[in-house]
Amino acid sequence: MSTSSRNNHVPVLAALAAALIGVAIGFAFFVAPEDVDQGISQRIFYFHVPIALTAYSCFGWGAYKALLLLWRKDERYDLESYVAIHQGTIFGSLTLLTGSIWAKASWGHWWLWSENQLVLFLVLFLFYSAYFMLRFSIEEGPRRANISAVYALFGVVLIPVSFLAIRLAENIIHPTVFTREGPQMSGTMFLTFCIAWLAMTVLAYALYRLELLGKRLDSNLRELRELVT
Amino acid sequence: MTYFTDVVTLARKDLRLELRARDTFPAMLLFVISTLVIFHFALPADADEVAAQGLLWVALVFTALLGLARVWAPERESGALEGLVLAPCDRSAIWLGKATAVFVFLGAVELVALPAFGLFFAPVDAATVAGVILASIGICAVGTLLAAMAAASRTRELVLPLLFLPLAIPLVVGGVGASVSPDPGRYLAFLALYDGIFAVLCWASFEYVVSE
Amino acid sequence: MSQGEYVAAAYGVVFVALLVYVAIIAAKLARLERETAEIAELARKRASNV
Repeated sequence: MSTSSRNNHVPVLAALAAALIGVAIGFAFFVAPEDVDQGISQRIFYFHVPIALTAYSCFGWGAYKALLLLWRKDERYDLESYVAIHQGTIFGSLTLLTGSIWAKASWGHWWLWSENQLVLFLVLFLFYSAYFMLRFSIEEGPRRANISAVYALFGVVLIPVSFLAIRLAENIIHPTVFTREGPQMSGTMFLTFCIAWLAMTVLAYALYRLELLGKRLDSNLRELRELVT
Repeated sequence: MTYFTDVVTLARKDLRLELRARDTFPAMLLFVISTLVIFHFALPADADEVAAQGLLWVALVFTALLGLARVWAPERESGALEGLVLAPCDRSAIWLGKATAVFVFLGAVELVALPAFGLFFAPVDAATVAGVILASIGICAVGTLLAAMAAASRTRELVLPLLFLPLAIPLVVGGVGASVSPDPGRYLAFLALYDGIFAVLCWASFEYVVSE
Repeated sequence: MSQGEYVAAAYGVVFVALLVYVAIIAAKLARLERETAEIAELARKRASNV
């Protein structure tokens, strides 16, 4: 299945992502005012939260492609779903890393069970890591594609259910010692946040298309090799 | 009507097979008691009742995993899964029949485990029992489907716990909450929500897990 | 570590992750180049045999 005409967009996407990230960093450090309560460590949020939101989007996109696979039975959706989930896992890991650094900066601990978003990402990280273990232990083929797709759908359903579970767990596990309101953002702060969010989304999409390009190239070469020998 | 007849037939087949073979059920029983004993030694002397309640759920989840690892073994060993899939019944009936049978096994194990827990650690109240029942539904529904996924994998028994444990986390939260919290209703409602959502998802997607 | 250093660390982690990604793609590109060269060689042999 030829996608060469669509692949001309990838360099443009990557350039756009680079530009947007540049702008986002500029805004995060030079334009947005310093937060009164938290000081400079609040600036981590301009990347941490967009990365988290992008991870959710990637998992959602992966589940959407999975649904298309099960419904339309076109095998190209399998690769697209896989790559989306791969990107989601990468962004999810970055969420955990940046979140942990923020936790250390704000509360002095590298991990906080009271930070719901962090705990949710830990659960999702475990879930999607198992996705890869599952996928790489099954023979390539329609069976693997179907099973991966069903698992991807389970993942996206797990996100809200886990979040609810973690909220409920707060009361039985930790009396909330470290309470945090979401940052009350002024206009400029909100603008910075939106720019960073857009930048992360475009970055994720550029990386997604790039990875798909690489994988399709791989499979075309393999096919070519077989035809030539 | 034939759908439910299929489900019942399949469930009864599994129950009869186990009654004859008697390998999984005794193993689960022994495992859960052994685990509870180990927990006694693992808990520090001044540990409170609340911590012990949490351990009940750890024991249940891992005992369920033990049973789930073998849940599709009869079909795999005799090559019967392909036969079942070709059979003129709705594929989701296979899942429902199997999940029902597993629920019966797990329930029987819990009938022993809960009194044992009451004996070794702390009394078990009605909210805990309700939590155990609701959580078991979720464990059996999701576990049966995940076991079918794992059956297709090269690393079968190795990958099933990895698939199951993240999905079991909400169940543990619900169960422990029901045991420990002064307001168990919320946690029981959450368990019912989990069961509803995931049972429907499993029921709808099982056919894709077993078909080519 | 001061607060500012933590912020730098957080942004730095993201930056390094991106660079690692670039390195992985570079390695992949090198491998693809090698494979295409091999296939071109095979195709040449085939063309000369025909």
